[in-house]
Amino acid sequence: MGVLRRMLARPSGAIGFAFVLLHLAAAVLSPWLVPYEATAIDAALMFAPPDAAHWLGTDQLGRDILTRTMLGGREALLVTLIATPLAVGWGALVGIHLGLAGGRLDDVLMRVVDAVLALPWILKMLVIIVTFGAGVTVLVPTLAFFYGVPVIRVARAATLGVVARDFISAARARGHRPGAIVRRELLPNVLDALMVEGAMRWSWMLLAFSSLSFLGFGVAPPTPDWGLMIADSRSFMAIAPWAAMAPVLALSTLIIGINFVADALAKAVGLDRALNAPH
Amino acid sequence: MKIAGDDVPLIGITDLSVGFTTRAGVVAPVLRNIGLVVRRGETVGLVGESGSGKSTLALVAMGYLKAGLRVLGGGVRFAGQDMLAGDGVAAIRGGRLALIPQNAGQALTPTIRIGAQIAEALRLHSTLPRADHAARVVELLARVRLPTPGALVTRYPHELSGGQQQRVAIAMALAGEPEALLLDEPTTGLDVTTQAHVLELLRDLAASSGMAMVYVSHDLGAVARVCARVAVMYAGEIVAEGSARQILRTPSHPYARGLIAAIPVLGEARLPVPLDGRPPAPGAVGEGCSFAPRCGLAEAGCLTARGALVPAPGGGVVRCRRADAAVRLPMRRDGALRLALEFDGGGGVLGLDAIAVSYARRSLWDQITRAPRDAAPVVDGITLTLRPGETIGLVGESGSGKSTILKSIAGLIGPLRGSIDLAGVALAPRVAQRDVGVLRRVQLIFQNPDESLNPRQTIAEILAQPLGLYFGLSGAALRARSIELLAQVRLGGHYLDRLPAQLSGGEKQRVAVARAFAADPDVVLCDEVTSALDVSVQAAVLGLLDDLRRERRTACIFVSHDLGVVRALADRVVVLYQGRICESGPADAVYGLPSHPYTEALLGAVLEPDPDHAPRLLAADIVEHGPPARGCAFQNRCHRRLGGICATDAPPAHEIGDGHVIRCHIPPATLAAAQAAP
Ligand SMILES: Nc1ncnc2c1ncn2[C@@H]1O[C@H](COP(=O)(O)OP(=O)(O)OP(=O)(O)O)[C@@H](O)[C@H]1O
Ligand code: SF4
Ligand code: SF4
Ligand SMILES: [Mg+2]
Repeated sequence: MGVLRRMLARPSGAIGFAFVLLHLAAAVLSPWLVPYEATAIDAALMFAPPDAAHWLGTDQLGRDILTRTMLGGREALLVTLIATPLAVGWGALVGIHLGLAGGRLDDVLMRVVDAVLALPWILKMLVIIVTFGAGVTVLVPTLAFFYGVPVIRVARAATLGVVARDFISAARARGHRPGAIVRRELLPNVLDALMVEGAMRWSWMLLAFSSLSFLGFGVAPPTPDWGLMIADSRSFMAIAPWAAMAPVLALSTLIIGINFVADALAKAVGLDRALNAPH
Repeated sequence: MKIAGDDVPLIGITDLSVGFTTRAGVVAPVLRNIGLVVRRGETVGLVGESGSGKSTLALVAMGYLKAGLRVLGGGVRFAGQDMLAGDGVAAIRGGRLALIPQNAGQALTPTIRIGAQIAEALRLHSTLPRADHAARVVELLARVRLPTPGALVTRYPHELSGGQQQRVAIAMALAGEPEALLLDEPTTGLDVTTQAHVLELLRDLAASSGMAMVYVSHDLGAVARVCARVAVMYAGEIVAEGSARQILRTPSHPYARGLIAAIPVLGEARLPVPLDGRPPAPGAVGEGCSFAPRCGLAEAGCLTARGALVPAPGGGVVRCRRADAAVRLPMRRDGALRLALEFDGGGGVLGLDAIAVSYARRSLWDQITRAPRDAAPVVDGITLTLRPGETIGLVGESGSGKSTILKSIAGLIGPLRGSIDLAGVALAPRVAQRDVGVLRRVQLIFQNPDESLNPRQTIAEILAQPLGLYFGLSGAALRARSIELLAQVRLGGHYLDRLPAQLSGGEKQRVAVARAFAADPDVVLCDEVTSALDVSVQAAVLGLLDDLRRERRTACIFVSHDLGVVRALADRVVVLYQGRICESGPADAVYGLPSHPYTEALLGAVLEPDPDHAPRLLAADIVEHGPPARGCAFQNRCHRRLGGICATDAPPAHEIGDGHVIRCHIPPATLAAAQAAP
């Protein structure tokens, strides 16, 4: 994997990758590592500031914040790690198909894509959630659907860029079947763009998931979750700022880590385009 | 220190070395101990193959270093000012010393009018009062001999031809009244006729303005036309320097002789002589002479000590200890005369009948109203027959439809009209409708191997595509056949596991040739297959194609804008202008008299690596946005245009004998008489 090695050779890539790995490790191992029960309420310990027993203090119900922060990314990571490949998968499938087919279907569907992308994401998500209810079983397909739409655009553009190249003409002129051309000539050359896009989509999805939890449409209390924790601690910012600090830091280091990785990946594969496509 | 005077050179480069440090910590020089002096008004050419360091040297003369490079020693001065020290350099750059980088014409800002772009250059580099700028812009455009300069200022770059864009770039460089102009490949990528126009302009500018010029090029013909003095670079050092006459007529360095021998000769059907091997990578140069691995004269002493520049037997200076022997090395016109092929008189292997191709998309409205299909398709009336083993050269400028014709034969574009047959059997217009067995018999080779080889496939995978598809080969048989094919294009089996990026340009193109011949085709379609290569490598690829088609009697359509290259390979030649055939016939006849006026213009514009050769500028240098709807395709640029009839009637085909056809309203006898007169 030359691309991975080149990505890690960049300082931003190595740092970002370390952040992401750390978070993944924490998510997997935290049930065995946490010092307290996540939902253990202790009224005597309300808003205890950080000390030797509770390194990051406690929240309004006296729950250990370190414990809850370590566990608080598990749902978000689980959901987005399932939804991201789904989004990239279906988006790529449709995008590559449109790039190859062109014509009227392409014209029409790209208008639809533009229209969907023009809507604010929160509106789209809320319509679905209000219709079908909240919860992981709704969120995974919803996220996968909406975050696959911008992938269509990227996959289509990458396909158009590759299809115009002579090695595709050469393969066509030799008479290979379209499937073989896509598999052998096209896919290896759009994979880079899709990888970068996948990383970008993942970070956007994490943000969206946490925002939904924050608004009360994601993870249900008392399950620990960063978005929820930020929402809960909001009212007590003045008396217990540490309660908000920990989940905010956790979420932002993960997002920044993924963005670093995406950025370094893009540079490593020579795709230094602006990485701020709307989500 | 003296103030800049006549005895201080305008550009003085002394013992300059530039390089970078590799990951392994080794210092790899890109320029080694360069000494070069350019006096006021002098024109100096820097020539060498790609990677020899010529562009780096031109940039350093401006005080610029490409990213990652640093100066290892020596200095660069412009009129006494140290160009490597920060102070005062900015004032010189762009003003007293101007650079025209490669593709400068294409690099003009597309959304800004020509006049505004030149005015911006004036604002930055000229001392003229602001009020005079508008007049000065027009003056500069006139100075680079652009037609109607007053009207041009409001035009956008895309409305100009490539040659005109290049002139605008030159006008911008002249804005600061430079004392010296550095030009990096200023005519590469331009058509022959356009290139000749731009070179004449540069030559006259140098003569009339007293401006010094450093002209960087791989093209010895262009250098011969513009430069009084020439320095030959190899592996980052100057290996020979002298007057243009000394370097081009009696070169004393084996490399310089090899370069000249590799250029195809227009006069005769000879294959140029390739220069085997490739230049060393930076840092890979040994103790001795950098050219030793490729030099036929190398002896033991060459490998141990790097020589100094010493007076050359042919004049000038040379870095070769065996220069006395080198001047006796064979040079041009010593390549093998190409043997004429014998034809058995059977039918053609490929026939095109009145092919027309259009890129115009018919709108729904056109379809409903049944509007006539494209009145002036990009390609029209192409009829030709290719005999087994024969090579037809298809010549024409950029945009003349050469690639379009090849693509329609290959089935990548369906023709608008006309039919194609393969050995008498009609070919379906599109790839999807053709059998694999039929497709195998026609193979395409593209211009640029970086585009035509999938960068993600190894050479083995690349060759496996046709071998698997057409012959069902796999496993050991596939590998064995692949190694055999590589051997035929003179590459070792160890290349199989490499990626294209790990090969040089010439090696990549050989892989592309091997891939085409893997199909064991009856016809190969070669689209500018050598134009991305250095002359030395081009000569090798031409030789290879000639061998392959001789061994296998493969017929070939060889497309090129380079008349010398076509001369080296083609049995018959078809000259194309705006997608219409102007002239066709046996190569000797087409290259001789009488000629179609367009062929005449093309032949006149060809440059020879000879300081005494002057091209003739016949065709007007204007943009054509498409073929005219009526009359002769060449009417807008023709120097022999008769008048109304050329604009209204399609020119008749005059057959002169032996299949030589000229399509022009002027009868061949009249053309011959006019062209024979000096
Ligand atoms: N895909 C396309 N769509 C529209 N027009 C095209 C297309 N490809 C080529 N053309 C136009 O058709 C004409 C012929 O192009 P073509 O590429 O065949 O020329 P060429 O002789 O091969 O030129 P070059 O020497 O630059 O390769 C040009 O005017 C070009 O702009
Ligand atoms: S010094 Fe020796 S190796 Fe180098 S060019 Fe001269 S003869 Fe060839
Ligand atoms: S027909 Fe007229 S315009 Fe065309 S080449 Fe002949 S003289 Fe020139
Ligand atoms: Mg072409």
